[in-house]
Order: sequence, then structure tokens, then C-alpha cells
Amino acid sequence: MKLEAQTVTKRYGAHAALDGASFATDAEARVIALLGPSGGGKSTLLRVLGSLLVPDAGSVSIDARTLPHDESGALLERRANGFVFQGYNLFPHLTALQNITLPLQEVHGMTNAQATQRALELLHRLGLEGHEHKRPSQLSGGQQQRAAIARALAPKPRLLLLDEPTSALDPVMTGEVLDVVRELAEAGQSIILATHEISFARKVADWVVFLAAGKAAESSSAADFFNRPQTQLAQQYLDGLSKYR
Amino acid sequence: MPASPDSTASPVRRALYAFPLLALASVAFYTLFSSVAYQWSWDGVWRYRQQFGYGWLTTMGLSLVAMIVSIALGFLLMLGRRSPWEPVRMFCGGVVELVRGSPLLVQLLIGHYIIANALRIDQPIFTGIILLGCFEGAYLAEIFRGAVESISASQLETARAVGFDKVQTYRFVIIPQALRRALPGTTGQLVSLIKDSSLLSVIGIEELVQKVKIMNAATYKPLEGFLPLALAYLIVTLPLSHLARRLEGRFAYET
Repeated sequence: MKLEAQTVTKRYGAHAALDGASFATDAEARVIALLGPSGGGKSTLLRVLGSLLVPDAGSVSIDARTLPHDESGALLERRANGFVFQGYNLFPHLTALQNITLPLQEVHGMTNAQATQRALELLHRLGLEGHEHKRPSQLSGGQQQRAAIARALAPKPRLLLLDEPTSALDPVMTGEVLDVVRELAEAGQSIILATHEISFARKVADWVVFLAAGKAAESSSAADFFNRPQTQLAQQYLDGLSKYR
Repeated sequence: MPASPDSTASPVRRALYAFPLLALASVAFYTLFSSVAYQWSWDGVWRYRQQFGYGWLTTMGLSLVAMIVSIALGFLLMLGRRSPWEPVRMFCGGVVELVRGSPLLVQLLIGHYIIANALRIDQPIFTGIILLGCFEGAYLAEIFRGAVESISASQLETARAVGFDKVQTYRFVIIPQALRRALPGTTGQLVSLIKDSSLLSVIGIEELVQKVKIMNAATYKPLEGFLPLALAYLIVTLPLSHLARRLEGRFAYET
């Protein structure tokens, strides 16, 4: 998948979360990691790439197809993507199973039986057997994130976008969730992942976009980025994060 | 969710507490009433029991319709106050503030003698239901708005992320969660609506209060009618509050 961003800008009030970010990936990039210091624009870029946000200026294309900026076009794009966020973003009034079946039925036009079958298949695959009928508050953080991943995968998305999916989890739960992401990556799912887990990114990513202060400071293959970072900023970032692990 | 006070004491203990409380209330009530030198006579009330019944049915019937009107109107006003168009927001905000800021009595008099008159509507019951529905609807709009705006931004973002459009977001994400948060305020408001319907007597609707006023005048007894009147309201409002608490329990889930 070839991602291309041209001077993408997104402002929140006076603050520019993305400040003219431009980069391009290889056509072979399949698991793309967005790295960089907090506040550098990772989450915002992830949302722009997934059409959850529309940039104020600039444009993004995926495999030479420019993402639409109008609301109805962006909605269609979003429906072809799957998202997992940092927090616990399951719907608290629905069970794990209903969290998955509701969008399948209402957005993707499946029947109740089809949706239930697909949801159960994913919940079991992600190790949530026996938890289908629990509400999010009855699940652990790791289970919630796996249910959220199951919901994102259920409609067979072109692109799975994960925004720091483990930053609210303890190390054990982090491991559970990263195992799942790794399996997906190995099974051929296209993934864009914003994360601080650089040792994980090093294992699964094949391309890295390094963001700082709203700009893409580097965009290179994962091997190049981790072995020979081009900017001092990236070097410091990698050193800082690997100090204690 | 914190455990509701109801669930903290066992039913047996609550019954044990209830006895002395009731006894105390009865003694206080009796002492107060017997200190007033007044000759109670209940014949008049008994003779007018059928009229009293009609009045009660009228009150409950028009309250029920006004509730439906107020909930629908409250919902529309809430949507209007969240509209993307500034004039719509201003209009709905203005309506809510005007209606909540002025007495129901004034609204009834203006609505009946001026507006309904100008529109040639000669049905006090119809006018009364609409006016009462508007009054309570303005309060409900704010209760609904508070509940809807308490739904977190991350829930709304998730709704967009799973591909819901605006209508689907309201239907599947906002309303089910807001319903639970709006429930206590809403039932309180509906209980108020039943009591506020007593003011409709000023525009000539023969609801319960009006019937009691007529009865008091006819029997030359100024007080007797008001005791059964209070009971007649409590018979409905207490079970409504109880039902509301049970519904809250059913909608309860941790967030």
C-alpha cells in the first residue's frame, strides 16, 4: 500500500496538530508505524489517514486514490476501515457481542445470523470465548481492547488503524493485545499503528513515519529507520525509549 | 454506579424504621388538625364523589396527553439547541428560556385568552394540553440536553469510526446512553406535570382542582375537598416515582 501525504495541515484552534506534513511510503509497505514524541501529531495523522478527520489543507492518497474531503465521501471511506483507539471505546450499554454485531447489521447490511456468526468467530479467535455476553465494564482492559479489535476486524477492513492501543494497559495486557496485532500483521492485514512500543514496532512494522511538531521528520523502511535514523531528533527519541528496555 | 440508598438497608429493617416514622407523622398530623377549631363535615365530599371522579379522570387523561406532547417537544427543542444552524439554535434557546423563565399561570392566561382566541380555538382542553406540554417540554429539553451532552467525545468518535451516520449515532449510541442519565430528571418533571395540571382550572377546564372548588362553593365547606384532592394526586405520583426507580435499576450498567 502506498501512502502519500502532501503538506497536510490540521488545526485545533490556534494549535496546528499537523503542520504541513509530507511523506510517501513504498508501494510494498503493509504495516506502517507512526512514531514520535507525544503531541507530535501521530494520533491526528492516523485519523486523517482513516478519514475520521478531514485535513484543513493538503491531501492524502492511498494507492494513488485521493481521500475525499466531503462528509459523505469520508463516511464511505471510514466504513471501509477499522479503528481501535487508546481508551476503552466499546459502547458501554452493549455486550461484547452486540458491540460487534450492531455495526455489521446497521452499517454493513448483514443479517442478525450472519453478524452473530462473524462476531463469534472473531471473539473466539481473539480468545474471548465465554465473554461474549459481558458488558465492557465486566471485562479486563486487555479483553476490552481485544473486543475492540474484533469489532474493527469484523467487516473485513481494507485498513486497520490502531491509535496507541496499549497505552492504557499494564504490561501483561499489553502483551495480550500486541500478540493479536502481530498475528494480524503476519496474516497479511494492512495496518497503520501509532505507538510508543518501539520494540514491538521494530518487530512488526515494515515502514516507519516519524512525526515531530506536526511534520513528518522521517519516512523510511523500518530497517533503515531503526538502524540508521537520519535525524538527530529520531536518534534521541529511539535512545530515550530504549534506555530502560 | 454507587449502590442506590434503597439497596443498603434490608426490607425488614426498613419496615422497622417505617413504623415509628408513620406513628410520629400521624400524631403530628392529628395534633395540628385538632388544634384548629373547625367543624369537619364529609357529607358534601361524599355527595360529590362522582364529580370528583370525573375531575380525577380529566386530570389524569389530559396529563397523559400533555406528557406525550412534552416529551416530543422536549426532544425537538433539544435537537434544535444542538442544531448546526445558528438561527435554529437561537430560536429554540429563546423558547426554552422564555417558557422556563415565566410563570405557568401567565402562560395559560395569555395562551388561552389571547393566542387561542386569535387562532379561534375554542377548546380549552386542547389549549390546556398544548400549553402544559410546552411548559414541561421546555424543562425536559434541558434535561435531555444535559444527558446528551454528557456522552463523552470518545463515544461519539467511536460511533463515527464504526461508520455510523448522524441518525445512527443518535439512535444506537447517544439516545440509549442518554436515556438512563435523563430518567431521574424526566420522571421528576412528569410528576410535576401532573401537579401543574391543577393550574388549568384558571382557563375553565373542569379538572380535579376545579371540581373541588365547585364542590367547596356548593357545600359552603372551604377545606374538606382538599384532603381527598391531595390523596388523589399522591395515588398517581407515588407509584410513578416508584416505577421510575425500578426503571433506573433496569437501565443501570457501569460505564
